[in-house]
Amino acid sequence: MRKISLIALVLFGALLLYASSGLPGHGDPDGPSHRERSRVGSPVAAAHYIRHAQGDAASPNIVTVVLADYRGFDTLGETIVVLTAGLVCTLILRRSP
Amino acid sequence: MEIEFIAGHNLYWIISLLLLVGLYGMLAKRNLVKKLVGMNIFQTSIILFYIAVASKRNATVPVIDATLGSADPAHYINPLPHTLMLTAIVVSVATTGVGFALLISIFRRYGTLDEDTLLKRMR
Amino acid sequence: MTSSSRNPILITASRLLAPFIQLFALYVIFHGHFGPGGGFQGGAMLAASILMLRLSVGAERSELKFRKSWGTPVGALGALIFAGTGLLTLLLGGRFLEYHYLPFPDLSRADLHSAGILLIEVGVSLAVMAVLVAIYDDIMEGPGGN
Repeated sequence: MRKISLIALVLFGALLLYASSGLPGHGDPDGPSHRERSRVGSPVAAAHYIRHAQGDAASPNIVTVVLADYRGFDTLGETIVVLTAGLVCTLILRRSP
Repeated sequence: MEIEFIAGHNLYWIISLLLLVGLYGMLAKRNLVKKLVGMNIFQTSIILFYIAVASKRNATVPVIDATLGSADPAHYINPLPHTLMLTAIVVSVATTGVGFALLISIFRRYGTLDEDTLLKRMR
Repeated sequence: MTSSSRNPILITASRLLAPFIQLFALYVIFHGHFGPGGGFQGGAMLAASILMLRLSVGAERSELKFRKSWGTPVGALGALIFAGTGLLTLLLGGRFLEYHYLPFPDLSRADLHSAGILLIEVGVSLAVMAVLVAIYDDIMEGPGGN
């Protein structure tokens, strides 16, 4: 069993090495997620956020604007996940008096 | 070319190594707490990977600086992975808490956290 | 852990430090528009200050700051502030979380978005703080805890 998992780990590591050769270099400004337009010509989200964040929400911190404004619904989901985790801990561990 | 490839990609190899360490902890360790620690290392490597992908040469943090002029995407690193990982860190803390709660209730019922002993006692 | 085994240096230092950590956490939450920060980070720092008191001065006396029974209600209140902001904009004619429909007079569209972001940051920080403290309290409860 241990031998099988070690072999699987080595194979998975080789797969990761192979996959990393297809990634853009570290800090490459022409990486696919940093461009203005994707390869098929559609606008890329990050460049749009950087250009319009301050004008849309009067706040210089782009991360806050993306977190709470452009992706507010996503953040609501994350908050609900955190709240649910707290509720699950309470339900599992608190004994009823 | 070769040196440039290594300099641009060695970060991904280190992150892959960290991911494999976490996966080894989850697969090979017999103690459930050690499995949970392995899962945390795994999550940390994923978070590091996202932060590494977000970086951009000759760019600064994604807080608009008036001295840099107009908001040019070449001046600021990618804000989207930072946003995603900000929530992922907090969620990973909360889910680790759920994991520990489950381990505590397992220990209360069976008196052990060792996988083999646990499987024997569950029969 | 009995209270007699506690170290007075730890108790004094943590009681001195906790208000400053909370003050800095409030700065991180409310300054999140203009610098690094926001609801998640500030909430985690608030939870850290309360957990430091829980660890040093003990559960009974640190409950003066945040009661064990408050965890779930305050967390739910935070999520309610968040979802309530979205529902308010929905009621006032916009879409969910479309902040420029918020009922604050004399504010431009961008400033309304800024105000909406501040509201939901407060909600997020309340939820994160309460849930992190509640997880610790639940784990420490029971035969092995204090």
